[in-house]
Amino acid sequence: MNDLMLFLNEVWIARLALLRGLGVTVSISLLAILAGSLLGVGVGLGLVYGNRLLRLVFRGYTDIIRGTPVLVLVLASYYIFSTVGLDLGPFQAGVLALAVFCSSHVGEILRGALQAIPIGQTEAAKAIGLTFGQTFGSVLWPQALRQILPTWVNTAAEMVKASTLLSVIGVAELLLRTQEIISRNFLSLQFYFLAGFLYFLINYGIERLGKYVERKTAVPS
Amino acid sequence: MTKPLLEMQGLRKQYGTVEVLKGVDCTMRQGEVISIIGSSGSGKTTMLRCINMLEEFQGGRILIDGEAIGYDEIAGVRRRKSEKEIARQRALTGMAFQQFNLFPHLSAAQNVMLGLIKVKKMSRDEARVVAEQWLGRVGLSARADHYPGQLSGGQQQRVAIARAIAMNPRLMLFDEVTSALDPELVGEVLQVIKGLAAEGMSMLLVTHEMRFAYEVSSRVIFMNQGVIVEQGDPKEMFLRPGTERLAEFLKSSSFQ
Ligand SMILES: Nc1ncnc2c1ncn2[C@@H]1O[C@H](COP(=O)(O)OP(=O)(O)OP(=O)(O)O)[C@@H](O)[C@H]1O
Ligand SMILES: [Mg+2]
Repeated sequence: MNDLMLFLNEVWIARLALLRGLGVTVSISLLAILAGSLLGVGVGLGLVYGNRLLRLVFRGYTDIIRGTPVLVLVLASYYIFSTVGLDLGPFQAGVLALAVFCSSHVGEILRGALQAIPIGQTEAAKAIGLTFGQTFGSVLWPQALRQILPTWVNTAAEMVKASTLLSVIGVAELLLRTQEIISRNFLSLQFYFLAGFLYFLINYGIERLGKYVERKTAVPS
Repeated sequence: MTKPLLEMQGLRKQYGTVEVLKGVDCTMRQGEVISIIGSSGSGKTTMLRCINMLEEFQGGRILIDGEAIGYDEIAGVRRRKSEKEIARQRALTGMAFQQFNLFPHLSAAQNVMLGLIKVKKMSRDEARVVAEQWLGRVGLSARADHYPGQLSGGQQQRVAIARAIAMNPRLMLFDEVTSALDPELVGEVLQVIKGLAAEGMSMLLVTHEMRFAYEVSSRVIFMNQGVIVEQGDPKEMFLRPGTERLAEFLKSSSFQ
C-alpha cells in the first residue's frame, strides 16, 4: 500500500514532464505519419505509373530505406544534415527520418494495392469514356484506400513505437522523459511500466480509429 | 445512301510478332444487330477491343460515323490521337464484358451514374434519374442501391449493360456476356439484349449462344484465324453454310 502511494506521489510530481513527453511523442508520430503518408502516396504512384527511370529510382528508394534500421535513419538524418551545415534540430531531423521510413512503407503498400486491382476495372472505366485521371480518382483510388487501411494502421502504430528512437538524439519524448524521471526517483520498474502503458493506449486508440474507419467505409456484400 | 455507322478497313492487329487480326473489312449500318461467331482464338474479342481502343492496332482504319477512331493519318504518317480525344471516342461505343467489371465500391445506381456525371457532365440528380430509368429497363429498379457483391451474376451483368447503355452510345459491343453466368441466369441477360435489339440499338455481339445469334441478329459474321470468312443472313448461313470451315464450326457447336 505504501509502495503504491509512493509511486502515485512520484507520478504526481512528474506529471508535467510526463505530459510534455507524451505530447512530444504524439506530435512526432502524427507529423511523421502525415508527412510520411503524403510522401508515400507519391512514392506508390511513382512505382506504379512512373516511367522506367522513375520506377527504378523509387524502387531503389524504398528498398534502401526499408532495408535500413530506423535507428540508423534517425542518426544519419541528425548527423548528415548538420555536417552539410543545414541545422535541423533533433526534433526536425528525427521527424524527417521517421517520415522517410513511413513513406517507403506506405509507397510499397499502395503499389501492392493498386496492382491488385483487376485490369477489368480500368478497362470498364475507359469503356465509358473516363480519362485516366477520372479513372484513378473514382475507380482505382477508392478501392486501393479500402485495401490499404488495415496495413496503414499497422504502419502508423509502428511509427509511434519508432518515435522512441528519437530519445537517442536527445528529443525529449516520452521515453527520454521517463528515463529522466527514473534517474531522480529510481522507480524504474514502475515508470517503465507506466510508459509502456501510455504507448499501448496511443496505439490502441489508433487501432480503434482504424477499425471504425474500416467499418464506415466497408462495401456491403 | 447514308453513311455507315461503323467501318473497318483492313484492320490489322498484332501482339508482338503474332498477327491476330489479318485485315478485317466490315461495314455496319445503323440499327444492325451483328453476331460474331468463330472458334476460340479467332480474334473476336480482339476486334471488339480495337473498336473501343482498349487495344492498339497497327494497320487499317476503324471509322464510326465516318470519324477515324484512335489514330490520325496526316500526310501518310499515322499518329495516335490524344488521350482526351480517345476517351471521348470511347464513349461513342458502349461495352459489356464477360466478367461484368462492375465497380465493387459503388452501388448499382452509382455504377451507372459515374460516366453520366464525369463524362456527360450531368448533375447528381439528373444522373440518378437516368440511372434509375435504365436500371428499370433491365428489371433492377428494386436493386438500385445494392452493391455488386450483393447481386447475382445475372443481375450484375444487367447493371453493367445499363451502365454502358445509359451513356447513350452509338454502338453497343457485347463480348460473350453470358459465358461467365450459371445456365439459369443466361436467359435474363439475353432477354435484355433482345429488348435492346427490338428497339433498334446497333449492336455487335460476340457469342457462343448459337440459338440466340440465330434468333436475334440481322447478320452473322464468322471469323477464323483473324479474318472474316463468311457473313450473311443467319438463316442462310446456319442452314446452308457457304464454307467448309463454317460447316465444321457449326457442327462442333451446340446449334442444331
Ligand atoms: N494480351 C494478349 N497478348 C498476346 N496474345 C493475345 C492477347 N490477347 C489475345 N491474344 C491472342 O490473340 C488471339 C485472338 O484472341 P481473342 O481473345 O481475340 O480470341 P477470341 O476469338 O475472342 O477467342 P475466345 O472465343 O476464346 O474468346 C489468340 O490467339 C490469343 O491467344
Ligand atoms: Mg473472346
